[in-house]
Amino acid sequence: MKVKFVETLKSYGIILAFLLICVGLSILSPVFFTLNNIINVIRQTSIYGIMAVGMTFVILTGGIDLSVGSVLAVSGAICAGMLKAGNPIILVLLATLGVGVGCGLVTGLFVTKARITPFVVTLGMMSIARGLALIYTRGYPISGFSPTFRLIGGGYILGIPIPIIIFLVVVIIAYIVLMQTKLGRYTYAIGGNEETVRLSGINSDFFKTLVYVISGSTAALSALILTSRLNSAEPVAGTGYELDVIAAVVIGGASLSGGRGSVWGTFIGALLIGVINNGMNLLGISPYFQQVVKGLIIIGAVWLDQLRAKEE
Amino acid sequence: MDDRVLWMKGIRKSFPGVQALKSVDFDLARGEVHALVGENGAGKSTLMKILSGLYKADEGEIWLRGRKLSSRGIKAMIDAGVSVIYQELNLMRQLSVAENIFIGREPMRYSGLIDWKKMYLDVQRILEPFNVDINPKTKIYMLSPAYQQVVEIAKALSLNSDILVMDEPTAPLTGNEVEKLFEIIRNLRNSGVSIIYISHRLEEIPQIADRVTVLRDGEKILTRPLGELTTAEIIRHMVGRTLTEQYPKISVPLGKEILHVENLTKKGYCKDVSFSVRRGEIVGFTGLVGAGRTEIMQTIYGRMKKDSGSIYIDGQEVQIHSTCDAVKKGIGLIPEERKHQGLVLGLSVFDNMAMTILDKESVLGFLKKKKLDISVKKLVELMEIKTPSTKQLVRYLSGGNQQKIILAKWFLRHCKVYIFDEPTRGIDVGAKVEIYKLMQNLAKEGAGVIMVSSELPEILKMSDRIEVVFSGSIVKEFQREEADSEKVMEYALGLHEHESQQEPRAAGAET
Repeated sequence: MKVKFVETLKSYGIILAFLLICVGLSILSPVFFTLNNIINVIRQTSIYGIMAVGMTFVILTGGIDLSVGSVLAVSGAICAGMLKAGNPIILVLLATLGVGVGCGLVTGLFVTKARITPFVVTLGMMSIARGLALIYTRGYPISGFSPTFRLIGGGYILGIPIPIIIFLVVVIIAYIVLMQTKLGRYTYAIGGNEETVRLSGINSDFFKTLVYVISGSTAALSALILTSRLNSAEPVAGTGYELDVIAAVVIGGASLSGGRGSVWGTFIGALLIGVINNGMNLLGISPYFQQVVKGLIIIGAVWLDQLRAKEE
Repeated sequence: MDDRVLWMKGIRKSFPGVQALKSVDFDLARGEVHALVGENGAGKSTLMKILSGLYKADEGEIWLRGRKLSSRGIKAMIDAGVSVIYQELNLMRQLSVAENIFIGREPMRYSGLIDWKKMYLDVQRILEPFNVDINPKTKIYMLSPAYQQVVEIAKALSLNSDILVMDEPTAPLTGNEVEKLFEIIRNLRNSGVSIIYISHRLEEIPQIADRVTVLRDGEKILTRPLGELTTAEIIRHMVGRTLTEQYPKISVPLGKEILHVENLTKKGYCKDVSFSVRRGEIVGFTGLVGAGRTEIMQTIYGRMKKDSGSIYIDGQEVQIHSTCDAVKKGIGLIPEERKHQGLVLGLSVFDNMAMTILDKESVLGFLKKKKLDISVKKLVELMEIKTPSTKQLVRYLSGGNQQKIILAKWFLRHCKVYIFDEPTRGIDVGAKVEIYKLMQNLAKEGAGVIMVSSELPEILKMSDRIEVVFSGSIVKEFQREEADSEKVMEYALGLHEHESQQEPRAAGAET
């Protein structure tokens, strides 16, 4: 009986924490629990929430992708450049996603074929993609796009901001992929025990490469939303996003050693980070201090994960 | 009153499903080299792990120098003067000889810095009696295996150990180095150090040991001075067990050749391996741990890249570059390390079993969940896998049921050839019988079965043909009826190697 209670608390602890923080903030700030603010929080969350969904795949295999912020920047820059050059929007959208896919593919191949640890490869890619963004934009922002393009970040469907809809769709697709497809089941299996997967005659390298492609493409998708919403692409966009993204996945209960985690966990984790960011802003806490808090949250989340792992 | 430095009395130890040690007595005299022999799984390493403090005995006492030992644990045993030199040396390869010997107790200066000068001098003093040319500043990885062993021994002596356990110390050594090591061991013995010497190389034992103890199936068979026993007698005591287990072997009419391997070579692992398996046949592969049986299988299976050789399935040559290819060609491998290679412990019974057929049972990547569910549940029932549901994480199942799940995942795939690597290791007798039955069934249905095992009884009773592997090559093939445990063991120990294979092996060791 008691064991069950503890188990439940562990599974739903994150939701409980989320609710507690929301209640706390509602009391502390009159603005927090207003429709406007809530929509605002979720819309902000969607940018890195989408990336966190991609990151969930990577972390489930036991890897990590530090390059997401930079990939966002370079995809956004190329998107903006192509729009400015007058290319049709559809082509721009595909090309932007293509950039993300390309970055992910390169990362994935280095991880699987050259057998370099993901940490190092993506650290390298983080610098490469950022550099490419700076080279492409010569260091300046590219701004001012057509109203059609700006709908992606600023439009509404049935009164719901489009970024939120995209976020939800990505979450749902990811859930289906993880639960109902080969790719999804192998993702969990590789993180649980890659040797077993390989000895089962599965081309684990292929699927491992694929998760980095997924992570790259979600970064590009977020780049589209961010560029559209800000009406500008900056070469320094997305700096430090990897922190929020990884934090969201880890807070959502994924294990950094792989094999355990879920999209729903990541979804709540992303919202939690969004709420904390928003709450600290509302309470007038300095951005410098916010960084400290976020760092502590990440360490805390991983620590919790260690404690859980030890029990197993 | 007596000169026993060590006396282990009535040691019992069981693991889930296995009684590893059944009331074993063992004693060691001062200045004695005492050889401990037995087949794989006889309980030697369990006994030594209890002595080293790594395991706790369920029952029994350990007496050291006439005093009963009260506290256990690794630290306590080291303090009590017991050091174990493991087969895989426990040295830090990137550190120097001196640092390895003094790790954790480096001489310090008042400034809080390491007193390197003193450390190097001390090491020189420690190494002096060994009469070897080792510079204390040398990094471990630059030393030969023999010198690495000397460092380990020196480290143990510098910890004031007077009881040394040496686990297969000569395994990585060449002829001259073995001589050198024996000299060191003799000197140690003369200076009053007692040594427990574990080795599979039975021919060495008369050269170095004073007494020998034979373990078999967790029981002590005998302890005798070496003068009273011949090597042949030792072998007989090692294998001569009473067969209490059941082996459900039935004869199946053999069909066509289904797998044929020719001159398979992987440098450093296997050499010129040729054999074939027919439909309905169980071919047993035996040999000592480290003989290269697993490596042969992993090379056939595409897990290790072969250097040369060909593989034929159903008479057709096949190219196997990865495990993926092997599975597509109809080979399934039930690996040696259940938990590390066969299962994903954190996933469910369903996920583990269905893993091998997701590619067949999906459309555009989407799984045919219902169909998969039905086949998995059917097989769970058929194989009597004890699990509350197919959603249960395999981590929580017993060893026998875990092993069945690994088999099940290949049954779902309907392979032509099944390779079982140590299929019954660490599972209880009841589950063993079930696994044998399943294996036998596969053969009956026309599959070819390879069984790699260190357990002679199951090799002798379940195989139609037996291949004995020594040092990466097949040294002998027995038909079922001509094999007996003594003969197989002689070949597995390499006793007949001198007749046929001396030359190539010596040449191989040079390169």
